Amino acid sequence: MSDIKIVEAPPGIEGSGFFATSIDKAVGMARSYSLWPLPFATSCCGIEFMATMGSHYDLSRFGAERLSFSPRQADLLMVMGTIAKKMAPVLRQVYLQMAEPRWVMAVGACASSGGIFDTYSVLQGIDEIIPVDVYVPGCPPRPEAIIDGFMNIQKLVQTESGRRRDSPQYQELLAKYGIQ
Amino acid sequence: MGKISNEELLLKLTSKFDGHINLVSEPYGLLTFETEREQIIEVLSFLKTDLQFIHLTDITGIHYPDQEKPFGVIYHVHSLVNGVRVRIKVFLASADVHIPTATTLWDGANWMERETYDFFGIVFDGHPDLRRILNVDDMTVFPMRREYPLEDPNRIDKKDYFFGR
Amino acid sequence: MQNHLLITDNDPQSELSTLNLGPTHPATHGVFQNVLQLDGERIVSGVSTIGYIHRAFEKIAEHRPFYQITPLTDRLNYCSAPINNMGWHMTVEKLLGIEMPKRVDYMRVIIMELARITDHIICNGVLGVDTGAFTGFLYMMQHRENVYEIYEEICGSRLTTNIGRIGGFERNFNDIAFAKIKKFIKDFPPVLREFEALFNRNRIFVDRTKDVAPVTAETALSYSWSGPILRAAGVDYDVRAQEPYSSYQDFEFEVPVGTNGDVYNRFLVRNEEMWQSLRIIEQALAKIDKEPSHIFHADVPAFYLPPKEEVYNNMEALIYHFKIVMGEIDTPKTEVYHAVEGANGELGFYLVNDGGRSPYRLHFRRPSFINYQMYAPMSRGMVLSDAIINMSSLNVIAGELDA
Repeated sequence: MSDIKIVEAPPGIEGSGFFATSIDKAVGMARSYSLWPLPFATSCCGIEFMATMGSHYDLSRFGAERLSFSPRQADLLMVMGTIAKKMAPVLRQVYLQMAEPRWVMAVGACASSGGIFDTYSVLQGIDEIIPVDVYVPGCPPRPEAIIDGFMNIQKLVQTESGRRRDSPQYQELLAKYGIQ
Repeated sequence: MGKISNEELLLKLTSKFDGHINLVSEPYGLLTFETEREQIIEVLSFLKTDLQFIHLTDITGIHYPDQEKPFGVIYHVHSLVNGVRVRIKVFLASADVHIPTATTLWDGANWMERETYDFFGIVFDGHPDLRRILNVDDMTVFPMRREYPLEDPNRIDKKDYFFGR
Repeated sequence: MQNHLLITDNDPQSELSTLNLGPTHPATHGVFQNVLQLDGERIVSGVSTIGYIHRAFEKIAEHRPFYQITPLTDRLNYCSAPINNMGWHMTVEKLLGIEMPKRVDYMRVIIMELARITDHIICNGVLGVDTGAFTGFLYMMQHRENVYEIYEEICGSRLTTNIGRIGGFERNFNDIAFAKIKKFIKDFPPVLREFEALFNRNRIFVDRTKDVAPVTAETALSYSWSGPILRAAGVDYDVRAQEPYSSYQDFEFEVPVGTNGDVYNRFLVRNEEMWQSLRIIEQALAKIDKEPSHIFHADVPAFYLPPKEEVYNNMEALIYHFKIVMGEIDTPKTEVYHAVEGANGELGFYLVNDGGRSPYRLHFRRPSFINYQMYAPMSRGMVLSDAIINMSSLNVIAGELDA
């Protein structure tokens, strides 16, 4: 007997021979279990990400088996580690190259707020240049914490309405960061 | 292992560079002395070729704003055969922070000197590629000098009264 | 924009193409950029750009008291953070002239050798991944987790350990920690043997790595290399043997040396160092048993933070606690250089003290930074795929590279 369970269907109307639900829910469910993360690993947190991908913790269980090193195909940008001011334009460039819908996870204290490096050369949190969906605390966060952050992203993905990215609020958010 | 003592070493150095080996001390057994920039390359090459100090451990800088010659360049060289290290210091006046490059002796001096330039603005004459290495290229200051602050002065979210200052 | 997006304008007649390798590239294992000029697959010239995670460690260190610098050293080479921690503690102890009890030395040796093993696991495992063999990496990573569990037992943290204090450890190793260490040195050798069986005589691996990027001893020394890659080039320089610290002179171990400094030699040297580290840990465990088991720090109340319950209940401890935290204890106005054998080479701390609360100047001699500068010159004439595995065998850790 295998322990593998199949994901439950989203709420809908069921009858003999048919099942109806909204497209948002079906797409959200499918997306959330096949996220392609782009690991933007710069420092210590990247090593913990290695552990998360390794055999002990195994992020692949959550449908993130396939790491996308190309931003064009990635759904989730995982920023792990300190982003120096020299790196900031590169990070922004990577974010701009990603196609919608895209999610961003700031892993670790440095990516979230600059961490212990309150210095002239370090960006004080990546939310100064790109919008962030989930922050994971820790210096570095344990692999469990990274997985927890990832599951929170999955929840966001499942509940996101199909038209959110067209909404004026979202456009306003992007405009605040100077992204068209 | 044919170890040579610091006294022997100093004797050899002073007999070769009489009057240019100043302020000799031995903090924690590491022979330290000061010399001038006119002699530094000769001293280093004498150490390298004649005394087998073949391993350049490090080059770094230091800044003492109150001194007459505020900028220091500090060399650590290591004789692997004899198991002895030497520390050499050269101080430079702030109006003229130039020193000849050691890349002629060790290829490894390249990035160490670039780092020292990046942090302290010490210019190594004759260096093949003296650019900033760690900081962004359009930076105008040399951040390790004492007068520059640690924190980013452009931050607006960090109010002094939160920190009792 | 700055030069990280620099693509040199080629002569339209030229056959050369330009490749931007990095700053974020899956093959670079860290953030550094190489702009390579390629003639077909062969590299004609290259320029390295670094500093993408420059965090100004040395500037921060000038503003922090001695004991608060330990967390900074963690983040230098985060693959083997305990070596950096202990290196810093030993530097300060050398400055203050603190004599350490033997047991503390041996405890440190155990932790440092475990750290060396984890670092070499990553480097050799990733080298396997880059040559197309993922299996070895997965086998070894499992055991890196076991080492992290040992750290957790000792200090509560996994990666950036902040392990120990100036003057010893913050607490004694408990029985579970010792049991885990013993289990690790029993469980790891078969895995390492299997790992070696997967790679050492694997035709594909040998063909990919042998005679790739050979380095002569003269060149390696001229570029100030140190650590496993210098030893792979045939120079038997190991700080542990040459200038023993933390009682390394009490241990029997061999310094493995390669012949021609190619990627294969570096791989073998690192593997052999893991065996030697296991040997050292075994000896250290035997030696610790002979020492009084309650000692885990030196008797230096003026520098070693007392336990919290003492601070609340004991006048003397309260005074020392206050003095240490407020930095009111005189320290010698002098300078000190202390080197330890980091996993990548000679990790040096040059500390200039003016008697104040924090160092006047602290400079880290970072082996990754110094080792990496040869990368672009040595890539010339190499094919691109060889340059990639050459990079992973140098084991450049971005945190250490950029300070």
